[in-house]
Amino acid sequence: MSATATPVTAAASDDLRFRYAVHLGDTSLILAQRLGEWVGHAPALEEDLALANIALDLLGQARHLLSYAGEIEGKGRSEDDLAFLRDPSDFGNLALVEQPNVDFGHTIVRQFLIDAWQLELFERLQSSVEPRFAELAAKALKETRYHYRFSSGWMVRLGDGTEESHQRVQAGLDALWKFTNELFAPGAVDEEAAAAGLGPDPASLRAAWLANVEPVLAEATLKKPADVSYRWFGKRNQHGEHLSHLLAEMQFMQRTYPGMQW
Amino acid sequence: MLAQAAGGVPLAQLRYTAPLPAAYDTEKIDRRLVLCHIVPEDCGGFMYTQGLDSLGADCLHQATDAAALEQRFQSKVDADDRIEPKDWMPDAYRQTLIRQISQHAHSEIVGMLPEGNWITRAPSLRRKAVLIAKVQDEGGHGMYLYSAAETLGISRDELLEQLLAGTAKYSSIFNYPTPTWADVGAIGWLVDGAAIMNQIPICRCSYGPYARAMVRICKEESFHQRQGFEIMMTLARGTPEQHRMAQDALNRWWWPSIMMFGPNDAASKHTAQSMRWKIKRFSNDELRQKFIDITVPQAEFLGLKVPDPDLRWDEATQHYVHGPIDWKEFEEVLKGNGPCNRERLETRRRAHDDGRWVREAALAYAEKQRARETQAA
Repeated sequence: MSATATPVTAAASDDLRFRYAVHLGDTSLILAQRLGEWVGHAPALEEDLALANIALDLLGQARHLLSYAGEIEGKGRSEDDLAFLRDPSDFGNLALVEQPNVDFGHTIVRQFLIDAWQLELFERLQSSVEPRFAELAAKALKETRYHYRFSSGWMVRLGDGTEESHQRVQAGLDALWKFTNELFAPGAVDEEAAAAGLGPDPASLRAAWLANVEPVLAEATLKKPADVSYRWFGKRNQHGEHLSHLLAEMQFMQRTYPGMQW
Repeated sequence: MLAQAAGGVPLAQLRYTAPLPAAYDTEKIDRRLVLCHIVPEDCGGFMYTQGLDSLGADCLHQATDAAALEQRFQSKVDADDRIEPKDWMPDAYRQTLIRQISQHAHSEIVGMLPEGNWITRAPSLRRKAVLIAKVQDEGGHGMYLYSAAETLGISRDELLEQLLAGTAKYSSIFNYPTPTWADVGAIGWLVDGAAIMNQIPICRCSYGPYARAMVRICKEESFHQRQGFEIMMTLARGTPEQHRMAQDALNRWWWPSIMMFGPNDAASKHTAQSMRWKIKRFSNDELRQKFIDITVPQAEFLGLKVPDPDLRWDEATQHYVHGPIDWKEFEEVLKGNGPCNRERLETRRRAHDDGRWVREAALAYAEKQRARETQAA
């Protein structure tokens, strides 16, 4: 383990492994769902394909994590049971990823802020004491490098493009910034996971995240919004109004036709 | 006349000029040069980089003699040689290809919508991933096809404008709705199945870029068809509700799929010329028959009923005989009166309009970058 690794202070229980896998898996799943809404509707064909690619990568991560969560839980729940048959209050995704697409600018900002975080998260998660997390992280890190290249490229193009694009992407940044507080906040499953050596301490990701974010904002001529002490966190299963709508759509088939094979 | 090029230059002396550099910008092809791709030997060192002005007037006259060029072109087609972008081709051949390839490209792009309708509601994570990948493949097919059309001297932007203005056509099938998950299966099985039937012969099309694009597309389409069939099989063998869902979808998509092959041969205005040019190799009715012969046993295997009361196997011809096709419906959908014509185009227009500021930003940024580089240099 590297010098920055959190010292392991507790053994990881199955329950903790389950909740941590669900937190990370839900984050990837809900973001994939949001990106899936773009397919066929993006500003250009190239962007359509790129957003679909990112959605596919995230969906792959979610499937890996939720399958693992189901196994560790030992109640016979599959990835689909976890994705389609849980209520909003059982979802542990970051609030940032459930925010609606609004426009391409908001979508890019959301993606960029998450990519900048996942870059460091997956880098560090590679040294998890749990091999299933480490395996996932190694694969997801490669994917995230592409995602970050795409989203940071668009941050710069939109920020330093036209007057309109600058305003739109700045508006997206201003609207979404408050949800980044949660990425590093204590008091949730990721902090417990860090104590057990399952993953990195959330607070310790902040410096690297800022180093991924700030130079891009500067190049994009965008203004970093002021930090606010927003305290309603998705990873504590506290969600706003958007998630239940998203789930109503995503879970429609499984809820309408229970117990069937598809 | 046919044995000789214009001005008495024997055909044997005609040769092709050097190929274009790989990165040749098709938008900059000078039509005069395109006409002069075949030049008599005695014109000497004619190169693309040279202006036409350096050619003697006689030579230019000889080289562009329409009948000789057309004859040379047709013998190439007859010999199953490929026509490449830099080769001379009759204008009608070029226009036919632009029309056909762009219609095909537009169909892929509009075709993303009916199935894309189910991405957010796919019933399992595996189905969701497969569907996103499939719809993404369709977008990719659109890209290869637009690129193939661009080799004929028209830009993707121009083609997209035609689509959004409603002056270009796309396959009518995508004007039908996908009200249930089973429609996703039916599209894969029937619509992709019919598309493959239409497209496999195009892998041997006389126009090189179109034929090559089609090889890759057909591979992916056959993968999609298997996935669609598998969705249908899961439903047909599932609960009674699922079985009914599958049957309803077959009822919705059967006739539109049969109509995808176009009008009966007697009524098809493009077939004969396209066959001579080897853009098309089988008639609409031949392809339709092949599709029906292959698909009916598949429906039986699924335990689903093809919605054609007159359908029967004919021992004598070893083919299925189908009932009359409702060409009125076909024409109505073609005219814009299908269930989703308006929605499909409006959706495409909205995506285009909503994306305008993004495309403008990308251009503006690229301009700024260029200006910065120039300043730095």
